[in-house]
Formats: sequence, C-alpha cells, structure tokens
Amino acid sequence: MILGISGDEAVALAAKQCNVDVVAAYPITPQTIIVEKFSEYVANGETQAEYVRVESEHSAMSACVGASARGARTFTATSSQGLMLMHEILYVASGMRLPIVMANVNRAISSPINIHADHADSMAVRDSGWIQLSCVDAQEAYDTTIMAFKIAEETLLPVMVLLDGFVISHTLQNVSTLSDEQILNFIGNERKSENILDPENPKTFGAMVLPDYYSEIKMQQIEAMDESKKVIENTFKEFGDLTGRRYPLVESYKTDDAEHILLCMGSAFGTAKVVVDDMRAEGKKVGVSRVKCYRPFAGNEVREAIKNAKSVGVADRVAPFGSYPPLYLDTKASCDGINLKSFVYGLGGRDVNKDTIKEVFDRLEKGVDEMFVGVRE
Amino acid sequence: MMYEIRFHGRGGQGAVTAAALLCRAGFLAGKKGVQAFPLFGAERRGAPVKAFARIDDEEIVLASQIYEPDYVFVFEEWLIEYAIEGLKKDGWMIINTKKKPEDFDLDCKIATTDATGIALSNNLKVAGFPVINSSILGAFPKVCEEIKLEHITQAIKNYWPGDIGKNNAHACEQAFNATEVKE
Repeated sequence: MILGISGDEAVALAAKQCNVDVVAAYPITPQTIIVEKFSEYVANGETQAEYVRVESEHSAMSACVGASARGARTFTATSSQGLMLMHEILYVASGMRLPIVMANVNRAISSPINIHADHADSMAVRDSGWIQLSCVDAQEAYDTTIMAFKIAEETLLPVMVLLDGFVISHTLQNVSTLSDEQILNFIGNERKSENILDPENPKTFGAMVLPDYYSEIKMQQIEAMDESKKVIENTFKEFGDLTGRRYPLVESYKTDDAEHILLCMGSAFGTAKVVVDDMRAEGKKVGVSRVKCYRPFAGNEVREAIKNAKSVGVADRVAPFGSYPPLYLDTKASCDGINLKSFVYGLGGRDVNKDTIKEVFDRLEKGVDEMFVGVRE
Repeated sequence: MMYEIRFHGRGGQGAVTAAALLCRAGFLAGKKGVQAFPLFGAERRGAPVKAFARIDDEEIVLASQIYEPDYVFVFEEWLIEYAIEGLKKDGWMIINTKKKPEDFDLDCKIATTDATGIALSNNLKVAGFPVINSSILGAFPKVCEEIKLEHITQAIKNYWPGDIGKNNAHACEQAFNATEVKE
C-alpha cells in the first residue's frame, strides 16, 4: 500500500508493524510525531505494545534497557538534547548487548537553542557501541526501521536509525508500505532470545568487571560490531529481494568516471543527485556518494566508491571544534592516499540547497581549501 | 514536469496543512512524486509561516527548500512582498483577498479568492480565528490543469472524516467558484 506520510509517521508505523512489546519514550521536537503517533496506536488498541510514559530521556532509555533485558522487542525515539540526556545509558544498552532499536531524528544541540537538522547529536554518541544507519527520505526511514529490528536481534547490538529533522521527519511523501505479515516473516514474529533475564534461568547482566576481564569483554563487543557489517549487508540484500528497494552500505551516483566526488550523509544526497545531473549536463564529471552504514563504518566501501577521483569533498553537518569533523576523520582513516577535503554545511538546519552543493564542487574543481560552506562573514 | 509551490501564512491559518493537502491531492491525481514540508520558526500563533509542496510525475529526490516557485499562496495581503521573492516570471500568485486581480500591480499572474470570508461563512474557525487552508486551495485548480477540484475536495474529506471534512470541502468548492484570474 502507498501512503502519504511523513518520515516520523513512517517510523512509528514501522515500529508498530514490527510488533514491538515495549516503547518507553519522551517527546522532543522534531521526533515528537513518532511517539505521539505510537501512543495513538496504543490508545486505539491497534497494538498490544506497552507504552511507558517516563519523566525524561534518561529514564526512557533506562526503561528500554530493563524491558529489553527481560526479552521484550523494544523501541524508542529521540532527538538532540534527548539523546544527550540518554548518553550514559546508551553505553549500558550496548554493553549489556540489548537489541534496542531507536530512531534519532537529527537535530542541533543547544546552545543556542535550535530545533533543526544537524548531525551533532548522533555524532556525539558514535562511539557508544550502537549501530548507526542513516536515511535519505521517509521511505528509507520506514524500511530501515524494519531492517533495524532484524539486525539488532541477530547481532545483539542496539541500532540507531538516523533521519534529518524536518527535512525527513516532517516531510510528507509517498511511502510504499509492507503488510504486517510480510514484515513479521522477515524479522520474526517475536524476539528470539536466550540472552535474557529469566527467574527460571537466573543470569547476571551488567555486573562489575575489574581490570582482569574488562578488556576481554570490550573485545567481544568490538568484534560483534565488526562482524555486524555482514549481518547488515545480508539484511539489506534480503530486504531488497523482498521489496525491490536495495540499500548498499555506501550508495553512489555517477561516481564511476567522476573527477570530483562529494561524500555525504542523510537528506543532502537527494539534492546532490540533482546537482550532479545539472553539472554533468554542462560537461563536468562529478558524482556523489553517501554513507548509509556509519557504525560500523563502511570504510572499505567508501574507499572503493571514491578511489579514482581527483578530489573528494567530505561534507559533515557538524560544527568541528579544534579538529576535523567526524565523517571526514573516519574517511581519512580508511582512505590513505586519496585527496580528501573537509567541508561543513547545513548547521542548525541551514538549508543544504543546490547552491550549497555546487559550491562544494566548485571549490573541489579549483582546489580551494576552505571548510565552511554557506556561512556569512 | 515538477511544480513547486510555496505557501505564506501566519501560524494558525493552516498553511502547513494546506501544503500537506495539496500534496495528497497530487497523489490522488496520480502523481508519483509528491512532497510537502513546513519551515518552522518559533511555533506560535500569528508568526509568519512558510510551507512548501512539490508535485511531479516522477519521484522527487530534491530535499531543499523552494526558492523559485511556480505558484505561491498568500494567506494575507501584507505577505505579498515575501511571497513574490523568486516567483517565476510566468508564475501564479494566489491571494486571499476581497479585491480583484486587477487591483494588484504585480509582475506575475494573479488569482484572487475571498478565502477568509468563505471560511467564516462556513464557520471554519479554530480558537476563534478563521482557518482558510481548505478555502484557498479551491483556487488552485483554476490555475493548474494538473490538479482537479475533486482531487482537492477528496483529499480534504480523507484528511478530516465526517462533517468537518464535508464543511471544508464545501468551502473549497465555493472558493473555486469565487476565484478570479488575470494572466
């Protein structure tokens, strides 16, 4: 069925169709529609899920940890300050290997207060042991939320689904949906877990571990994250077979013969494709790639996508303080010998429009090494 | 072909919902690509609000705001100076006003309809203020062949089931009939 819905509504619908048992969440713009919609489903009896109203995001994630440890399929959503308040518990969730799925609607962090798209929030928690999958539009937010449950439950790692505030969360578009049956056949009716709290079979979760074992426990988590890449790829492939909508770890557009490539994340990819078409019509060999699988970082795939370009502009939607921004640093570490330039655009919802993208390509062509795009003097 | 539409209103008048309804009407008209999104500042009643819609036969990948619209909707006359910015040379401005298109000296095509009067006569009010989104949309099929009146009224009835939808659809039809145009 095709529905005209926003990115937030698409995520809420996907979570409901995935038969989640528990949602514990606190509303925050621009994520609010997700939890509003989900609480509506609960109130209307459209889902059997338990909706836990909590007093903060710290409590939201704590309640998710408890529910997931008991074996519940667990979902939450947040943005910006909310994610910041959860920070401590994000590590608890990943350290306890709990397959929680969370949508983070990317928004700038205060101060100054700003409600619009910016990747500073999810980037600030990129090393918290969560898988991070970035989306381009509402369709992909719907699809990725479904795939996230399968990935989380197979890897025993929590998964964050990233969608740009307003640009995706509040944009109404046609979203092709699946039936509940198709989805549950794909991800499994219920969470299959052996690793749960069960009075019949007592276990300890998140116990004190001293220097004699902490490194080994962390190594297991690091290996699980590295190995999750295969699970993510397989899940993307199976989903593609089911729906025809294929998501690679790194998606590229007209990069094969491109002299200059823009590497980005999130909603900017769509606009960049239009600019690539416009510039190619003028005879300029440009292309664009975007990282869908940011954690684990799809470094090999990034290198493969951009290796033949004369220069590559890596565009971050994050203000860097005293160093380079995160997508650039990750790319730099994976792409030895490739000519990379760091760009920053779209802070606090500053529109990433065709001119912004053109400016990046112009600077790449002219070899201008200037990081900030679209900022007034 | 892609049509880009921009709405200029004030918080509470229904500009954001108008963009969403037009996008739903586009879908009912068989368009593959539809997109509608608001530009929020501080969310408060009375503050200037912009909303955007794109309608295309193909899927839409563009994710930026709209700078050179084909159509602009103006919910109050004083917003004309903002609405005209970037409007294409052969673009249409749809104005909520009691005046006629001839009363305006603007470098664009003009359609007028008294959406406020029609909304009030149908008692379409929220918190005492007229909500004119369903009415003003009635002018659109007069200036864009791609979307028919029935697509818009159907989108309205789908969005607000029951009597509310019927009232709004009725206001939309009245505004359609009352629309005057000047090319």
